[in-house]
Amino acid sequence: MKAISELNLPEDVRYTDDHEWAKKNGDVVRMGISDYAQDQLGDIVFVELPDVGSSFDKGEEFGTVESVKAVSELYMPIGGEVTAINDALADEPERVNSDPYNGGWMLEIKASDPAELDALKSKADYLEVLKG
Amino acid sequence: MRYLPHTEEDIQQMLQVVGAADLDALFSSIPGDCRRKKAMDLPEPLTEWELNGHMDCMAASMGAPPFYKVFMGAGSYHHYIPEITRQLLLRSEFFTAYTPYQPEISQGTLQTIYEYQTLVTRLLGMDVANASMYDGASGLAEALLMAIRATRRKKVAVSRAIHPMYRKVVETYFSPTGFEVIELPVGADGRTDFAGLADLGELAGVALQSPNFFGCIEDLEAAGKTIHADKKTLFVVAFSEPLAYGLLKNPGACGADIACGEGQSFGIPQSFGGPGLGMFAAKQQYVRTMPGRLIGKTTDRDGKTGFVLTLATREQHIRREKATSNICSNQGLCATAATMYMAALGGTGIRELSRLNRDRAEYLKSELASTGYTSPFSAPTFNEFVVRFPKGFADTWQALLEKKIVAGLHLAPYYPELSDCWLMCVTETISKSVIDALVKEVAK
Repeated sequence: MKAISELNLPEDVRYTDDHEWAKKNGDVVRMGISDYAQDQLGDIVFVELPDVGSSFDKGEEFGTVESVKAVSELYMPIGGEVTAINDALADEPERVNSDPYNGGWMLEIKASDPAELDALKSKADYLEVLKG
Repeated sequence: MRYLPHTEEDIQQMLQVVGAADLDALFSSIPGDCRRKKAMDLPEPLTEWELNGHMDCMAASMGAPPFYKVFMGAGSYHHYIPEITRQLLLRSEFFTAYTPYQPEISQGTLQTIYEYQTLVTRLLGMDVANASMYDGASGLAEALLMAIRATRRKKVAVSRAIHPMYRKVVETYFSPTGFEVIELPVGADGRTDFAGLADLGELAGVALQSPNFFGCIEDLEAAGKTIHADKKTLFVVAFSEPLAYGLLKNPGACGADIACGEGQSFGIPQSFGGPGLGMFAAKQQYVRTMPGRLIGKTTDRDGKTGFVLTLATREQHIRREKATSNICSNQGLCATAATMYMAALGGTGIRELSRLNRDRAEYLKSELASTGYTSPFSAPTFNEFVVRFPKGFADTWQALLEKKIVAGLHLAPYYPELSDCWLMCVTETISKSVIDALVKEVAK
């Protein structure tokens, strides 16, 4: 497993305590799991995502990610309506391991309250969480 | 694994190691009001001779084949069990094997379950089968919960022609969940009536049984098309007599998303009602929402074939309350018996036996019809069918019981609208002469 200093934690995304990330992408907000999360889970074999059009509140469970060791829940960093899911993960779930912030993105949503995004953690704050 | 009781010496030794003075001290962390104060109120122990005598007396008080001629099925069927099944099952490697968590030492058990899964998928025409559930009823309840997981919808529809006890178990499973179970009525021909289905809104799943409780063969293909008018709804096919699929088009070929039912007919004695075997299979796309345990085939690091528990990340021992089901065990011994039974008969044998059951039942049906007793239902049947008898048949039934003939199951307690009807079953164990004897008595 990676040391904290080896983790890829971009400055331009926001993080949650549950190790999801969210980033503004035009009119929508894109989200996925952090490099730390994918590294802890190990080889990811399946990602279960919701239907486009479904709505969730901040903190609500929206799917699961399954690695060879465990199944973990995915929680909404912010609330909103799902406008797109990353269909490529159905055949290539390993994208979450290799490229968690780009090819391994999971959902795009229309945020119900854009202020929720600003309230998420910056890279520096997230690093504090990881260091415990 | 050996099952040896602890000796007093063993117990003392273990108490010493953990540092407890006696057994009471060992259990002191359990609250007092949860602990039994007095010794259990049990009768004095019996010698082996006395115990055998006691069991013989109890057995003699029951009316069971072959001493009785039983024309009753209703979810539990008397079939011949090939001696090879019994002998193989008694091998200690199968008989005492425990849960195969450790593949290094459990290859035999794991491969047996893998073969079981393969045979079940072939019988039912499905992509993937689990290692089994407890029985047909719990299998159906799990199938409906699975439909809810897979579709994220909140209600299911269940045919009234499904075994009444299966429906009770579904009710028990669903009562604390808040999900709704809607009953579909039975049509005049004895099959499920789908006329009102479209008005029921968004359904997670629709369940039928075929042959259904009345023995009627449902039109599964047509039902599948009707149910799949809503593409998301899962079509669940249940059964209590898997032998029927030796002749009938299997659930998979009729569009079923989940097939589940009782496997007792395949090499498992009736044993006064249990244990049974819950066969459970689904389409590949739903494998991750399937309950229970799955065995997969793989290769080890030297490239050799091996068998392991697979998709275990979704099971209870890893995922606790988030598991797909609270069942992460299976009916290992009964599944093994069914595997040996299916392998012993083979596809051809199952087909022949299936035909024999159907032909014998048809013979009784036509003989009864020629004496004036007919079925209220017109749908085709397999080895069971409903007969309407005139007033006073209950007395005839009792008189026949005195002659060691059990003339079917009275439907009144289960379907008040069929209070003058009996459910009759004929398997390969009932010969033509026995059928003739029954008809003669009934016609008196």
